[in-house]
Amino acid sequence: MRINVCSVLVDDQDKALRFYTQVLGFVKKTEVPVSDEYRWLTVVGPGEPDGVELLLEPDSHPAVRPFKEALVADGIPFTSFAVEDVQAEYDRLTALGVVFTQPPTEMGPVTTAVLDDTCGNLIQIAEMSA
Amino acid sequence: MTGKRTLAYDGGVGDVFKALADPTRRALLDELAARDGQTLFELCGRLMTRHGLSSSRQAISQHLDVLESAGLVHTRREGRYKFHDLDTTPLREITRRWPVPKE
Repeated sequence: MRINVCSVLVDDQDKALRFYTQVLGFVKKTEVPVSDEYRWLTVVGPGEPDGVELLLEPDSHPAVRPFKEALVADGIPFTSFAVEDVQAEYDRLTALGVVFTQPPTEMGPVTTAVLDDTCGNLIQIAEMSA
Repeated sequence: MTGKRTLAYDGGVGDVFKALADPTRRALLDELAARDGQTLFELCGRLMTRHGLSSSRQAISQHLDVLESAGLVHTRREGRYKFHDLDTTPLREITRRWPVPKE
């Protein structure tokens, strides 16, 4: 058994694909229609075509929205990505108009920041301190 | 009853003393003094990594409620996020009551 896919619940798959590829810099891997409305839509890290896929999953189930809203209100990122340099990513992404609820902050052995993915989620980016 | 209360504390200052009496709440004020406008998530992370306080998120939230009712913390909704800001104004009452000599 191995982990090959994890999900983020997004309010709009097209918007999510734009944000996760054009802004964050991931690369689309799979796009397969599963209904009239939705697709099995995944992205992978740049240079990691065989890495873990991130599934941009529709948040249409009625239980999902209140769950996401409660997490966002308290500033809680449900998903975290590793970066080489949190400050550099923060600078790059804020220049692109990305909103952060937490600027780069040292939290013990890691430096983290928290951003809004525009699809109803907060995302943490983290760098292990040297 | 009211007379007794007036004797003990003047106005809302009692809440400030109660709020300051707890080390976790003092740590929350320390972290907000370092940076205003933090989410509950950020405050929990700072308490854990900088103060070794691994209280539950619910417990931290209740501590913030105590600080807020003492007027030391204000919460602000900005879009879908909720941020916490420090307000040290209530502390002025302490030095007004017991003036600190100039150095």
